[in-house]
Amino acid sequence: MLSKGLKRKREEEEEKEPLAVDAWWLDPGHAAVAQAPQAVASSSLFDLSVLKLHHSLQQSEPDLRHLVLVVNTLRRIQASMAPAAALPPVPSPPAAPSVADNLLASSDAALSASMASLLEDLSHIEGLSQAPQPLADEGPPGRSIGGAAPSLGALDLLGPATGCLLDDGLEGLFEDIDTSMYDNELWAPASEGLKPGPEDGPGKEEAPELDEAELDYLMDVLVGTQALERPPGPGR
Amino acid sequence: MGLSFFSKNLPIQEGQPWALTTPADIISTVEFNHTGELLATGDKGGRVVIFQREPESKNAPHSQGEYDVYSTFQSHEPEFDYLKSLEIEEKINKIKWLPQQNAAHSLLSTNDKTIKLWKITERDKRPEGYNLKDEEGKLKDLSTVTSLQVPVLKPMDLMVEVSPRRIFANGHTYHINSISVNSDCETYMSADDLRINLWHLAITDRSFNIVDIKPANMEDLTEVITASEFHPHHCNLFVYSSSKGSLRLCDMRAAALCDKHSKLFEEPEDPSNRSFFSEIISSVSDVKFSHSGRYMLTRDYLTVKVWDLNMEARPIETYQVHDYLRSKLCSLYENDCIFDKFECAWNGSDSVIMTGAYNNFFRMFDRNTKRDVTLEASRESSKPRAVLKPRRVCVGGKRRRDDISVDSLDFTKKILHTAWHPAENIIAIAATNNLYIFQDKVNSDMH
Repeated sequence: MLSKGLKRKREEEEEKEPLAVDAWWLDPGHAAVAQAPQAVASSSLFDLSVLKLHHSLQQSEPDLRHLVLVVNTLRRIQASMAPAAALPPVPSPPAAPSVADNLLASSDAALSASMASLLEDLSHIEGLSQAPQPLADEGPPGRSIGGAAPSLGALDLLGPATGCLLDDGLEGLFEDIDTSMYDNELWAPASEGLKPGPEDGPGKEEAPELDEAELDYLMDVLVGTQALERPPGPGR
Repeated sequence: MGLSFFSKNLPIQEGQPWALTTPADIISTVEFNHTGELLATGDKGGRVVIFQREPESKNAPHSQGEYDVYSTFQSHEPEFDYLKSLEIEEKINKIKWLPQQNAAHSLLSTNDKTIKLWKITERDKRPEGYNLKDEEGKLKDLSTVTSLQVPVLKPMDLMVEVSPRRIFANGHTYHINSISVNSDCETYMSADDLRINLWHLAITDRSFNIVDIKPANMEDLTEVITASEFHPHHCNLFVYSSSKGSLRLCDMRAAALCDKHSKLFEEPEDPSNRSFFSEIISSVSDVKFSHSGRYMLTRDYLTVKVWDLNMEARPIETYQVHDYLRSKLCSLYENDCIFDKFECAWNGSDSVIMTGAYNNFFRMFDRNTKRDVTLEASRESSKPRAVLKPRRVCVGGKRRRDDISVDSLDFTKKILHTAWHPAENIIAIAATNNLYIFQDKVNSDMH
């Protein structure tokens, strides 16, 4: 059924299934059950948290407490993963990271746009002004810049390990996006978790390796998500 | 422990097997009134059921002080917010009774967005003998009226009438998690994830914002309000808890906006227990002042803690509710159980504290003797008048006959809501859609 060490698919609808009998996750031998030492977070824990974050954001009205706790936990996990020194050499071409970031950011953008616009809706209703993030983000390094939409700080964490977002479990989230782009070697598991992350400054919009069709597609997605945003409020 | 409880299993809200449970029947809050005569429950379907304790009578010694249904009404309906295209759940998050000031009873009930003040009155007499109307209320033909009579009050079957007196709407953008009536009996507060508002019970069109922790940029949001309560005696003091495990005591006399706390209660993280889930399990799910007003009780995922208002550095007592779950946190994170919000309660004399757990277990801790007990709320183990048997969860090693192993705990059976009678040893336990009321007959007085 479910072998140890692999994360299992999680239905979007399934909230809390009865757990009485299925006790595989209580098996002390399971990688996820043993307390992960602070130094090394299992990537499955990271993936799980990302999944939870996406699931939370997908709700029409996210449970703020749940969201905030998951985001903070994700930050802790990311913090422990970042300084991991023993990374195998990156086999994919050097342009792959920036491509990954851009594509990630664009697929991210829809989610972050919906979250940001939701929060903005809330602000507007109260009469408070809250301008969306300017596109050129002057935030501290580590924040994802490639996206065209204001991004909730939390979603920046999705920068590094991009491969995980495109695993099977997340197919449902991107149903309306043409996924033919992803069916190429760039998304081989070998590239998972090896991205240096967006700390190398503002993301580059251009990626020489991309052909024109792919660039066009990218632009469509970026423009499409911008259309979802509300007009900015009066000042910040 | 000195307490031996026997059960009074109420036939109300008979639970069906888990698979057939109607979600609307799930009890979402339980609250005794100030005398303990009335017990209110709210459920996911927006209904409120009030139970009343029957007076003890010599004629029927077996029905000493049992709780029977007094009134049932629909408090909240599902609503649709057209502006945001969102449905607002009718689930009752909290009920708080107002102190009784006349023959009527009043309570506040709230869902995620709207608080309502309900007045409960009894009618056991009705006037008879009107001159102009007949018994059915139809106007009489005046020519048939030959003499005048004074209408008299005749007894009738007791009728309990409930009416909404005030509706406090549009005060909250985020989800309301607590309400608390002030000791001044004129104001109350409501708290959502980011803000706390102060209302006057008679004024519905405005409220005062007294706490606002919303950051200017929502990207910077790292902490939310999880619970809040007014001090039982000092009408200017209130406390609110956060998702990071801190408590803030605020004084409304100090400033109009109580963003600056008077006291901050926070326990430093234990380095030996540090994990990725440290913050989640430190999130306070409930905070309750003691009846004396000197202490606070908090519940986080694994413990209940007693805090002295005079000591901010750490709690004075910590009790482990189910420490055997500490090694299972990753799995509990995966299935979201780690986010469950358990409530806690003091007994009338502040000597015993109670909280719920999984597998329909609930725990009690005696602060004086330092003894604790685990009990189960389930039909199988609570025949009426039977004494509840202490349960035990074994973690491996020696296992006694009736022990439950950690691996066979049912995490879908959670006791999130419990309440303790203000004066006597009577407790109300909500187990999904069943309400259990347990009473200690051996030691009826507080100890």
